[in-house]
Amino acid sequence: MNELVFFINNVVIAGSVTGSIYAIGAIGVTLIFSIMRFAHFAHADMMTFGAFMVLLLTTAFPAAGTAIGVPTALIMLPLAMVLTALLAVGIDKAFYKPLRAFGVKPIVMVIGSLGVTLMLQGLIRLFAGTGGQSLYVGDRKEIFRLGLPFEGARAPIVVTEPQLYLFVITIACVVALALFLNRSRLGKAMRAMSDNPELAQASGINTNTIVAVTWVIAGGLAAIAGTLLSLDVTFKPDLSFFLLLPIFAAAIVGGVGHPYGAIAGGFVVGFAETLAVFNWNVLLRPFQESFPAWLELPSNLAFVGTEYKIVVPFFILVAILVWRPTGLFKGKVI
Amino acid sequence: MNDKTASYTPRDTTVARRFPLREVVLFAALLVAVLGVYALMGAAYSTRMLVEAACYAILALGLTIQWGYAGQFNAGVMGFVALGGFSAMLFSVPVNDAFWGTELPGELGRVLLYGLAAIVVVIGATRLDRFGVPKLLRTLIAVILAVVLYLIVISMLREVTGEIQSRAGFVGGFGLPPWVGWIVGGALAGGVGYFIGHICLGLRSDYLAIATLGIAEIIKAFLKNSDWLTRGTATVSPLPWPTPGPSELGFTLSRAIYLSLTAVIIAVIFFLLHRAYHAPWGRMIRAIRDNEVSAAAMGKDINKRRLEIFVLGCILMGLGGGVLGTFNSLFDPQGYLPLNHTFLVLVMVILGGPGNNLGTIFGAVAVYIIWIMSEPLALYVMQLVATLGESAGWTLPSNLDSRALQARVLVIGMLITVVLRFAPKGLLPENIKAHG
Repeated sequence: MNELVFFINNVVIAGSVTGSIYAIGAIGVTLIFSIMRFAHFAHADMMTFGAFMVLLLTTAFPAAGTAIGVPTALIMLPLAMVLTALLAVGIDKAFYKPLRAFGVKPIVMVIGSLGVTLMLQGLIRLFAGTGGQSLYVGDRKEIFRLGLPFEGARAPIVVTEPQLYLFVITIACVVALALFLNRSRLGKAMRAMSDNPELAQASGINTNTIVAVTWVIAGGLAAIAGTLLSLDVTFKPDLSFFLLLPIFAAAIVGGVGHPYGAIAGGFVVGFAETLAVFNWNVLLRPFQESFPAWLELPSNLAFVGTEYKIVVPFFILVAILVWRPTGLFKGKVI
Repeated sequence: MNDKTASYTPRDTTVARRFPLREVVLFAALLVAVLGVYALMGAAYSTRMLVEAACYAILALGLTIQWGYAGQFNAGVMGFVALGGFSAMLFSVPVNDAFWGTELPGELGRVLLYGLAAIVVVIGATRLDRFGVPKLLRTLIAVILAVVLYLIVISMLREVTGEIQSRAGFVGGFGLPPWVGWIVGGALAGGVGYFIGHICLGLRSDYLAIATLGIAEIIKAFLKNSDWLTRGTATVSPLPWPTPGPSELGFTLSRAIYLSLTAVIIAVIFFLLHRAYHAPWGRMIRAIRDNEVSAAAMGKDINKRRLEIFVLGCILMGLGGGVLGTFNSLFDPQGYLPLNHTFLVLVMVILGGPGNNLGTIFGAVAVYIIWIMSEPLALYVMQLVATLGESAGWTLPSNLDSRALQARVLVIGMLITVVLRFAPKGLLPENIKAHG
């Protein structure tokens, strides 16, 4: 039983945590892809920027959360979302809009977004230094240990407070996004534009508004994902390079331009990562007696070491590009 | 047909006869800048800078044929450079008797053979449907076989490499001249490029950028963590030079000789690329870049040509990485940074002029001088701000120096966006002949 608890802690919970973060990030990437038709490389740095805003606000008002009983960082999250959304719209106005006006190829936009990535990274590092910092400035990270009502299960299931918030916020985001895309006028206009920009414009949809709304949503979601990630571990200015590949892999697995696909893709990539670094020997050890004598299991049965975690999203990306380049849910943009 | 050729031949000659004023002015400015650096920083330092700039010029030439000739964006130059550096290290470092004198090479070879056998078995399993096995069952068998065999081989490999690490340190080198390593480095990089290009080049161009970004990080992670092969973070030094080293001739002279060697390499590459660019092959590549559909309609095999040029660019990057690694005389996997080895090269190419070899070399040298000089400049500016701030009563963070260097990230990012916005063709634009 202890082995099973170990599995739940290390795979089910850890996988859902990374999966949710990748999913929220991938939604933003896929929305930008479907409206503006380019891979937005600066997305991971917008996530870092959102987390950094939360860090700044939390450091400025460390006691704000204790009044209500939630971590201060979460109170500051909406504000950080607004700031990141503003940043996203501003970046679009300053850097991407002129390029779009020239009618450049999408790949030039990609290079432009790499330039923006470096600028954001430089700014964040200039102000935040290069070390890691915890978002829990004034308050303490709660850890819940749930014992199991079974015979022989001594190890508890461990969930931390930010992980619980993360699950709640992820579900809320997904529901809100689904409602927005399916029910609201703007959401429908967005879907129309992603299907056929010319037709959408001809039928009276203001494409400039749609572009701005896309950036607001993408920026807000990026701030959420970045903050939740930094709450779970710590805030580091160089988070972005390790996020970029999994997020793009998630978006492509789900089918580019397909928000629900991105959510599924995020969880696929997140679980694949945790399953790949999990040491399977732990699960097989209880059955060691029933194996034939010549079969001696090595002590390390993980597929890849944790230092090679980045191989997993890449492998998934390659596999999906080879066998099903449209993604699992038949994305539109190829 | 005949009068058509007659009508555009004269225009060709007028284009060719244009006096290259822009080129002359820019290169004169560059010469002045180089002389200025010599006057300020001394001969040894400046010669080192020039050699490094020359190595970067090889990398930039590799990128300019991918981006400038064919419109493919490689966001993982760093990975190919690291491969070249690794190969230069592996071939030129002296032989390690603590490894080769034992049974360990045999063990390692046996595991690698098992790995090969496993690959063959899995590939065989994917062909099972030709013998009447249902496709679903075949996929299942292949996947299970792949997982199990992979686990077996990887555990054996972990055992052997752990043994190598604890008993011999690392495998050491082959003790061959460095140029063998450079060539093999180019071949390795070309092989990786073939793998990536084969998967991505038929798809949207964005996917290539994502995939190259990923493979670069993977190559770096592999080189950093394979202590048995590269000594990982412990780094390997010194790497022998193909030319007389500083201990025999002094810094300036030995670096100058190395510089002439790199200059010869660049000249050869430049000449070959120049010929290729003006050959029918080069025209075909540009036709594909400018209008894929019409090139395909003319019967050109687009994906094959794209793969060719992508692999060619990667080979040049591997070669340049090898030359750079040997010159640094130190193999440090952690020293390969996306900023220094991917984005700096990108700035060189888009600033100098994508598709114009001369412009690319100009961009490489100019940007590298700016990059090297920006380090003392950034520190100076930060110091100035610090003294001003202290007089105004601010408390300053202690790690000011490292933060000043971070400002260079910002500047590189800004350069990329500004150049794309205001000079999308670079300082020396590609010289496209107008054919009426």
